[in-house]
Amino acid sequence: MFPRVARPLPRLGNRHSTVIANACVKRRSKLTDSRYHEELYPGHIPTSPIQKALLAVGSGIAALQDPYRHDMVAVLGETTGHLALLNLRDRMRNDPEGYRILTERPKIRLSTLDLEKMASLPEGSFGREYIRFLEDNHVTPDSRAHVKFVDNEELSYVMQRYREVHDLLHTLLGMPTNMLGEVAVKWFEAAQTGLPMCALGALLGPLRLNARSLQSLVTSLGPWAVRNGLQARCVLCVFYERRWEQSLDDLRRELNIQPPP
Amino acid sequence: MAASVRPLLERMIFRPSAGAVSVSVADGWRPSPRCYATASCRSFSGGAAEKSTHFGFETVPESEKAKKVYTVFENVAHKYDVMNDAMSLGIHRLWKDALLRAAHPQPGARLLDVAGGTGDIAFRFLEYVGSQKGRWAGRSSWWQDICQKDPGNREEGEEGPTRDSRVVVCDINKEMLKVGRRKARRTGLADGVLWVAGDAEELPFDDAQFDIYTIAFGLRNVTHVELALREALRVLKPGGRFMCLEFSRVTDPVLARLYDAYSFQVIPLLGEVIAGDWKSYRYLVESIRRFPAQEALKELLEDAGFCRVGYRNMSGGVVSLHSGFKL
Repeated sequence: MFPRVARPLPRLGNRHSTVIANACVKRRSKLTDSRYHEELYPGHIPTSPIQKALLAVGSGIAALQDPYRHDMVAVLGETTGHLALLNLRDRMRNDPEGYRILTERPKIRLSTLDLEKMASLPEGSFGREYIRFLEDNHVTPDSRAHVKFVDNEELSYVMQRYREVHDLLHTLLGMPTNMLGEVAVKWFEAAQTGLPMCALGALLGPLRLNARSLQSLVTSLGPWAVRNGLQARCVLCVFYERRWEQSLDDLRRELNIQPPP
Repeated sequence: MAASVRPLLERMIFRPSAGAVSVSVADGWRPSPRCYATASCRSFSGGAAEKSTHFGFETVPESEKAKKVYTVFENVAHKYDVMNDAMSLGIHRLWKDALLRAAHPQPGARLLDVAGGTGDIAFRFLEYVGSQKGRWAGRSSWWQDICQKDPGNREEGEEGPTRDSRVVVCDINKEMLKVGRRKARRTGLADGVLWVAGDAEELPFDDAQFDIYTIAFGLRNVTHVELALREALRVLKPGGRFMCLEFSRVTDPVLARLYDAYSFQVIPLLGEVIAGDWKSYRYLVESIRRFPAQEALKELLEDAGFCRVGYRNMSGGVVSLHSGFKL
């Protein structure tokens, strides 16, 4: 036993590398190699249909249990939204401004926004109101989760754009980020985009509202949100980054959105 | 990449004053005197002077592996126990119980649990030893007389079979240790445990300090397994026992396919839903595939100097318990 301990180091190294090399000769099949399908975009995780189904169920349950798990809401949206994303992408392609967005791929990030310039814009302009919204509600455009489970590069951009436009929708609709405001925006989005995640959020969100908010939602805010969602122009087809100077009322008129009640 | 890099590297090694050359090799490569002398580079991308190793199914420089593993466990620390229960359907508790039963520690034993972050083994050890104490106390009085009177048994300040056991939990990851300490306070077992941040490849303990060394599901995350084994040998007392609980190769082919499918299809999914981290759990299942199998690990243990090395498969080979003695 002691001679074993006294073996010279190179022998140990060779033995070890042989052992490790043998361990590395492994079966790499489609089943076991999760990296078999290439990543289509940074952060992409390829998944099989069964995995997507399980993810949808799991994330749905997790999101219901803890509504603050925004990542689970995001995963639910990605795994259930394929058809809606296709529809949205086609609407964008058929709209001249939407088509430009699909080709230029703008991103709404703190790094791409000139916050000072936007804050110095006149009151009532879209950019100024957006900055006010960010400040009042203590939110930032960088807190959106990245898309992971959409298996198409262009559709993943559409999904990402939808997430980034969500905050702008709050500004356009004049809704705060409290529970009632979020549910109202979800009703609008469900009517506009048809994403199952929005529909689920719209259906289950009201369960967490108190009686007064619920009444307000059902009688005035809700019908207004749905009506505007159906009649408004596609909100993803608007190049917001070039419209900061536009007046908010003007933009609402252009998009066919009535001011909130 | 390796073939084209080798001649370039050879030029750089033998002409270090060749000036700045942009080389797309692994990060951290420096032409140092060590490179001139080292002939036995344990290299997996042949020719590169920077040793590389596996990180799951990826190949990364050795210097990066430790950092990446640290990040994985930092991310999963708070959901580690929940995920263990979810992934193994609670069976990991049985495996850990089996480890303690095999070790059969007696009151007074000193345990070092390496990579034992959240304290599962440590707490089980204290409970086991506590129940053993109960059995010793119930024995006939003449046995207790022998134990107390025998001078060899007594150390200064301690009394026979009732002396306290100690467990040291050593983990490189501070988040995991934090979670473990919080658990200890909650379960009231905080007194018997010492929490130490340390590297398994370079333990911050003197020689011959411990009766038992355990490492449960941690050895496959160590960059240099043989260094960890040599450190284990060093800190064990003569007669001390090394025990390693680790995922291993499933022996039955049908079960192996089911296990593979479950590992790669379901586990990262559970990681995403419960812990919000798909990639860390994909690393975990990949690292299991890259770790040596039962016999290979047994050889490594024998090389490191352990005697009477043996292993026992559990759950059809999903997990294997390796044991060796320092004699």
